Amino acid sequence: QQIQEDLNKQLFDNLVSFLRRSHSEFQEKTTEWTCQMKSREIPTAALVLGVNVTDHDLTFRSLSEVLQNNITPYIALLEAKDCPGIKNLMQKLMGQLMNCYIDVDSLEDEDYVQVSQNRIRCSMSSLINWYESVTKKTDCETPRKKRTSSSRHWQSPPVVVIFKDMESFTTKVLQDFIVISSQHIREFPLVLIFGIATSPMIIHSLLPHSVSSLLCIELFQSLSSKEHLSTIIDKLLLTARFPFKLGEKVLQVLINIFLYHDFSVQNFIKGFQLCIVEHFYSQPLSILCCQLVDAKKRVNSLSHNQCENIRRLPSFRRYVESQASDKQIALLTADSYLKEIIQKLLEDLHVYHENYVSVLRCLHVFTSSLPKYPLGKQIRELHCACLENQVWETEEYESSLQLARMLNKSDLVTMLQQCVEIFVSSSGKEFDKTVEKLKEFLTQFQKLEDAFQERDVSVSSQKELQKKTDLYHLQKTLLELKESRRSKKLTKFEMLRFEVVGYIDSLVRNYLVPADRKTLHEIVYFNTASVLREHLSAAPRIALHTALNNPYWYLKNQALKSDGGSISNKAPDICIVYKLHLECGRLINLVDWLEAFSTVVMAVERPNADAASSDQVDDVIHARFIRAVSELELLGFIKPSKQKTDHVARLTWGGC
Amino acid sequence: MSQPEGKGGGGGGLRVKFVPDEEVLKHIADDPGIKVRKDKTQPTVSVKTFVKKLENISDDEAQEILEENKYVAALGICAQDSMGNGSSVSGGEVYSFQTPKRSSKMAELASELAQTPGQSVAPDHAECPEKTAKTPQSSSNYVFLMHVFSSLLQSKKKEFVSTTPYRLRKRLAAPDPYLESESEYSASCSEEEDEEDQKEVSTVLSGRKTPAKTMTASTPPPRNTLAKKNKENKMSNLVEEYFEAHSSSKVLTSDRTLQKLRKRRLDQQTLHDLLKKAPLAYATEIKELNQQHESLFSKWMLQLHLGFNIVLYGLGSKRNLLEKFRTSVLQDSVHVVVNGYFPSITVRSILNSITEEVLDHIGTFRSPLDQLEFIIKRFKEDSSLELYVLIHNLDSQMLRGERSQQILAQLSSLPSIYLIASIDHINAPLMWDQAKLSLYNWLWYETTTFSPYVEETSYENSLLVQQSGSLALSSLTHVLRSLTLNARGIFRLLAQYQLENKDNTSYPGLSFQDFYQQCREAFLVNSDLTLRAQLTEFRDHKLIRTKRGADGVEYLLIPVDDSTLTDFLEKEDEDV
Repeated sequence: QQIQEDLNKQLFDNLVSFLRRSHSEFQEKTTEWTCQMKSREIPTAALVLGVNVTDHDLTFRSLSEVLQNNITPYIALLEAKDCPGIKNLMQKLMGQLMNCYIDVDSLEDEDYVQVSQNRIRCSMSSLINWYESVTKKTDCETPRKKRTSSSRHWQSPPVVVIFKDMESFTTKVLQDFIVISSQHIREFPLVLIFGIATSPMIIHSLLPHSVSSLLCIELFQSLSSKEHLSTIIDKLLLTARFPFKLGEKVLQVLINIFLYHDFSVQNFIKGFQLCIVEHFYSQPLSILCCQLVDAKKRVNSLSHNQCENIRRLPSFRRYVESQASDKQIALLTADSYLKEIIQKLLEDLHVYHENYVSVLRCLHVFTSSLPKYPLGKQIRELHCACLENQVWETEEYESSLQLARMLNKSDLVTMLQQCVEIFVSSSGKEFDKTVEKLKEFLTQFQKLEDAFQERDVSVSSQKELQKKTDLYHLQKTLLELKESRRSKKLTKFEMLRFEVVGYIDSLVRNYLVPADRKTLHEIVYFNTASVLREHLSAAPRIALHTALNNPYWYLKNQALKSDGGSISNKAPDICIVYKLHLECGRLINLVDWLEAFSTVVMAVERPNADAASSDQVDDVIHARFIRAVSELELLGFIKPSKQKTDHVARLTWGGC
Repeated sequence: MSQPEGKGGGGGGLRVKFVPDEEVLKHIADDPGIKVRKDKTQPTVSVKTFVKKLENISDDEAQEILEENKYVAALGICAQDSMGNGSSVSGGEVYSFQTPKRSSKMAELASELAQTPGQSVAPDHAECPEKTAKTPQSSSNYVFLMHVFSSLLQSKKKEFVSTTPYRLRKRLAAPDPYLESESEYSASCSEEEDEEDQKEVSTVLSGRKTPAKTMTASTPPPRNTLAKKNKENKMSNLVEEYFEAHSSSKVLTSDRTLQKLRKRRLDQQTLHDLLKKAPLAYATEIKELNQQHESLFSKWMLQLHLGFNIVLYGLGSKRNLLEKFRTSVLQDSVHVVVNGYFPSITVRSILNSITEEVLDHIGTFRSPLDQLEFIIKRFKEDSSLELYVLIHNLDSQMLRGERSQQILAQLSSLPSIYLIASIDHINAPLMWDQAKLSLYNWLWYETTTFSPYVEETSYENSLLVQQSGSLALSSLTHVLRSLTLNARGIFRLLAQYQLENKDNTSYPGLSFQDFYQQCREAFLVNSDLTLRAQLTEFRDHKLIRTKRGADGVEYLLIPVDDSTLTDFLEKEDEDV
């Protein structure tokens, strides 16, 4: 469990550092440009963040942190839900500013009293007073602590106000705030930052011209969340460092949720965390899912039971079956031998991962620039394809190879160079040869180029000669040229190109074997996508629908079993009532409903009682009906209606 | 008829449900093989006009039109529909629950016919195993078939004796606008005509067409039409049907009321007793289900501690499950149980119980937001504080609101507060937007228990059936007993006046001036002001309601039904 918590931490660190990097550019710009502010105009940064609202929190937090460290101690983060009116906004603003001031410079108690007094009558003027007092104080303090404060902050640091979710602020509040603060901009250097989820146009639609002209807006575009995702996938999945891996289906589910539901990196990470939890919880052998060195130690301390568990793994069975018979027996009976083998296999697996990643990147270099992207633009798509099955058997791979054989030279050379870089930087030991081979290709290309240039020279000289010949000769030479081209076999370049592509192909076949072909992959791969889907994108309505329409799904009683979607008359009351209500229109007459219900129920209990006696409904059945109906009401299928006496209205329409 | 009806059924096949987008995409991608089907509105119109025509023209002309095979079948059922008017069938039979023989027969037909559309649905099923058992497509098929079949059965078994009157039968079979818009058309058209006309038509038609023949004619067409379902068409049809269903203010339901049932209304207590007597069906299976869920307890604990919060959904009361979780796992830890179904629960009371009982803080807060901030601060300061919050019915009326959900979400996002909640309402997930969802950090667990919602529904007294009035009556007497004699007199006066006017449906209430006059005459009040003071007291106890009429006059009403009021007056008379 500890490993897993470590992993989580690393995850978040990664994300935060990434976000910080992406925002460092903003601050640089902000600082530059706050200097050039004009009178009466509030410098404003509009941050377009995209629709992944949930990630914004983290972004803003890191942003304000960075700002605090580099530019100014005065930062206020405002959220729309805290600020229904201008008064609340000012209150919040002052509270945050003053508190943060206290945090930074650790004022004495007197000032705290002052702060609380100020809070009572929050107005711009008091804010200005406060600001002046603060800056004065820092001014007189600076001589004493020159090193600390003045080096970090300017003489009069700006006050940064961040509006986290600009769209959800009421326009009135925003307008008022801007107008008021623009009048005080001279005494009170204010910088606004708007967080925008949709498009920069929203500023102009929210604020009338008179207000927006008071702002000096500069637009910043944050990286799209897709790019965040790819960096995360890059860092987490496509490294050999983290022992835990995601299976193909799981990754697919996570990516789908990301792409089709929310674009939220945070949710993706949540899903990833859940995978880790699930994996460690459900897979007893997951104790071996850790760094290789630890894993080897742990293998030695495996109990007999755990050995048995390993023997039961399907991938291990396959492995056993492929061994000679005496080895088979040893594997299945002797624990110590088994442990030895396991260590070896784990090492294999580790090496496989290392190689896998570099070859995958290499292949991605090749495929990502092909027209139409047969294997996908992003490396994650390629990764999925490779995990799913043997990638060289797919049609997409065929076509991408075809396309690769038609690449021009300069592209090919740059790609090869990239590949060399990838392989050099990777830790795998087996790639020395590969690197050499690739370098050889490169030199060959270089040679070819030289040769080409020479030939070019000769061709051009030829052409000059031809200019003087007459039309007939020209025609003749052209024909000759054509013929020679047709008859000529592949040029040297083409040969070489074929060779390169073939080599890449062989690399792929060697190293990109899908993980589930590998022995012991169960230890590090999490593959139960259904669990994930169940817990992350649940469908409560489908569950209800299933329960109501097909109780047998949950209650395994033969009496309830029925085929073709029909429902037996012995079903629980609520199912029957629900089924009956499906037949009705917008309004349902309770009497009819009750009668129908009692007919059904009576048929079960007293099959031979004649229908005429059903006129008077049994009390118990009546009570059961009431219960079922009120349950349906609780579930939101019906509600009481005043349109007609003793009627209820259906709230759903159609089958569910 | 059955062909357009089949289309109608197919059109109704698409249901509003929560499906992940990618599945929808997949579904669309899977479907291209299916042919685009012809515009649906056309047959609708033609049937409509046809039915109308039919009622006016003579037999010969009808004969000509009947040459179109498609319409033959349509007429078959149309005729049976109107024939059914004469000999009605009870509700249970229409739904074909009654005899096992019949349901099996229908299932046979259903499965046979369902095969064709089933193929197009199949990839979807494989994709999502949890839904294999039930997709809306198949269910709608089934319902539609049920209709065809039941109407066929009616024609065959006309000798069925039944208690339900004609109108009921009509309602049951015909106006199922979501499923078969065509049959609704024919029904509603004929509804407007005289009944005689209908009979004429039906005799004309039934004279020519034997039920057996219509059966053969009506069954095959659905096969191809259903197979030709196309998603987009379905969608547009769906929209049309929705508005068709909701545009007509006229709703075809029977006029029967519960009062005519000669059935005493059950109050809460007797209901409870009766239900106790009734054995719980499938107790063993339900128990098994619960045990399955209980095995997850340790997992829940782990996940709660890892920063997730857990939400339970699925049919059946999850109260006992959560209680069991509480007693078995949370025995030694601090926890708060919130009964969301309780009608007077508020966020403030939840927060109060946290601040007062968990944090031992005495004092009040200006707003829930302040309180929340305080709690957050305390929990952040003291990392040893841990709190489990169990909320039954997070989606209840009182907690549903945007603000309360926001506060709860913020509360649950604290790392040392572990929230485990249950939801029941079908639209409950709509409460949360992205921001809230990320605050909640839910893990969803399906816990279908099938156990009855005993506690949860016991507070819902809004349902028409169990409006016993005993509660209202007792509260009335209790409140009035604490009042002065004059006040009681005032209330009596108002009650009597209201009872005198109980037959007047447009009775607006007693105007204040008139009431004042009456009270003066009865020597109950001496001034306008005393009466007003008295009325304010009534209003505070929710004994009366005031509303302003169109002319600006204030009208007074007792918001209690007449029978309760009569009971009350009788009781009062006894007392005096």
